[in-house]
Amino acid sequence: MKKALLVVWLMMLTLALSMALTAPRAAAQGGTVNINAAGATFPYPIYSKWFDVYHQAHPNVQINYQSIGSGGGIRQLQAGTVDFGASDGPMTDDQLAQSKFKILHFPTVLGAVVPTYNIAGVSGELNFTQKALAGIYLGTISKWNDPEIAKANPGVNLPSSDIVVVHRSDGSGTSYIWTDFLAKVSDDWKNKVGKAATSVNWPVGLGGKGNEGVTGLVKQTPNAIGYIELIYAVQNNIPYGKVQNAAGKFVKADLAGVTAAAAADAKSIPDDFRVSITNAPGPKVYPISSFTWLLIPAQIQDAAKRDAIRDFLKWMLTDGQKFNEGLTYAQLPKEVIARETRAISLIQ
Amino acid sequence: MSAAASTIAHEVPPQAGPRAFLHRLRQGDEIAHLLTLTFAAVILLLTSMLVYELWRNSHLSRTQFGWAFFWTKVWDPNFDDFGAAPFIYGTLVTSAVALVLAVPLGLASAIFLSELAPRNVSDVISFLIDLLAAVPSVIYGLLGIFIVVPLMRTTIGPLLINTVGNLPYLGALFRGPNYGVGFLTAGIVLAIMVVPFIISVSREVLLTVPREQREAAMALGATRWESTWQVVVPWARTGIMGSIFLALARALGETMAVTMVIGNAAAIKASLLSPGDTIASTIANQFTEATGDLYLSSLIELGLVLFLITFILNGLARILIVATERGGGRPA
Repeated sequence: MKKALLVVWLMMLTLALSMALTAPRAAAQGGTVNINAAGATFPYPIYSKWFDVYHQAHPNVQINYQSIGSGGGIRQLQAGTVDFGASDGPMTDDQLAQSKFKILHFPTVLGAVVPTYNIAGVSGELNFTQKALAGIYLGTISKWNDPEIAKANPGVNLPSSDIVVVHRSDGSGTSYIWTDFLAKVSDDWKNKVGKAATSVNWPVGLGGKGNEGVTGLVKQTPNAIGYIELIYAVQNNIPYGKVQNAAGKFVKADLAGVTAAAAADAKSIPDDFRVSITNAPGPKVYPISSFTWLLIPAQIQDAAKRDAIRDFLKWMLTDGQKFNEGLTYAQLPKEVIARETRAISLIQ
Repeated sequence: MSAAASTIAHEVPPQAGPRAFLHRLRQGDEIAHLLTLTFAAVILLLTSMLVYELWRNSHLSRTQFGWAFFWTKVWDPNFDDFGAAPFIYGTLVTSAVALVLAVPLGLASAIFLSELAPRNVSDVISFLIDLLAAVPSVIYGLLGIFIVVPLMRTTIGPLLINTVGNLPYLGALFRGPNYGVGFLTAGIVLAIMVVPFIISVSREVLLTVPREQREAAMALGATRWESTWQVVVPWARTGIMGSIFLALARALGETMAVTMVIGNAAAIKASLLSPGDTIASTIANQFTEATGDLYLSSLIELGLVLFLITFILNGLARILIVATERGGGRPA
């Protein structure tokens, strides 16, 4: 009995001591703003860089980002478990209507998707017309020497073998951009497969998990074609083809071409920034590119969090953009930055 | 409460309830009983909560598609049309292929290790096999991508198409374009993954067969093989079946390795060489980016379906074991 009393007494003492010791520290931490965010995996490398650099410049602001995927980011934001979300595709009207609060879209960086292939005996860069890409992914073009492919590649000796189509097996922003482009350039695609989506019911082909899965399948399988992020292709030295843009020119994807696509459409971008820039007009434009967005509530109750998020957005649009090219993300065009800067004041 | 009980205990003669209870409490019996009961109940609670959550969260999809979910062949997130048939098919086919390959291999190895190999050799090999069972599944997936897939595409696939593929009926299983990835490749990788379970458990069970059984068979003039096959294996068959069902459970639920080698196409094709998909791999692939409510709900219902399949197969296993026990052989 006495022993038990002693134990209880000791426990209370430890508790009191620990409270006394931690109390001042907790008070000192009162100035720290912890912000939680979740969403898209595609911009994760640049986001983690931004949040880290920003934290070093502003030690009192800590942004934790979980790259759980765009779908998860939207759901967690709607459920209120994160302070802001991130997505590779803009939220749909339905999704916005279902949300209990108003959500603003802020474009952060640009990405592009490129076709990569492995054809026996063909080493040069292939040109892909818009019809060819849609036909290949619909299954209506099934041989490499199909006239639609051959006419854009004079002098290339294309084999008569069957095309092995490779797509992403996991839901992904890369697939979203790719299907967004195909739906824009092909009515057949739009009717049969539907609008842009992170996962679709693919008419043909094999699925690979992630950029690395698609690349692996394309490299291993003779006569295969797949699509991967430009960043992934550049960082891993994977050859990729040129794609015909809206002006009819064949363009090889690079960061300048991607920024050009966004700049070409800058005037037609709506005020909520929910826009697709695939197949944008202009001779230098690379046609398969897209923004990726931060999803931020229009009303943030916590004043400290609100100020921190607004300040971060300002920093991201100015100093933050300088980190883009180092990580092979395309910069936002000036017009978009100017409009976004004005939109920050909408966060109340 | 306990204070009151102890005062009563002091006043009342020794045989009374509280006193006896306290005595047992001191001995640890009551504590052990309560503790183990609680933990057993927690397991039951966890399972029922799991089913309840799957049931609750798949409400939208269940009301929308009803029973048709089981036989609808379309999985189209873009038009909100979902059916589990291709994935149920893929799950069952890959697991069946895995068992067809793994059971003879595993059983033969277990018999060799327990009956024929010298004890020290058997122990060393068993240790290595137990290690294999602990290898993470992504490693088996890589093994599949770098070794099994190229081998399937260049050698095994064409060989099967040119030989078995020409046979009537059976030939339908080995036709069509051969990509290297597909049901058969996934089945082979799964077989490699589950074989250690079959060997390890079966060997342990075979080793528990009493020595007298073997001696009696030999005394009746049986050869070593006859004694093994007609006496030892039937004696151990409940345990051996247990090992097979453990292997089946692992094959049904395997996600990562299968995703890497099955080709991920939501299609039902007769040929084992064509790409397919399983329930577990679809959930893992699509869950993070599933934005629509119905889409998410359908993925959760897929989880429920997988649970149901495991439940049914386990039930069948129980029935099979009971039926074979009644068939005689081993004394009850």
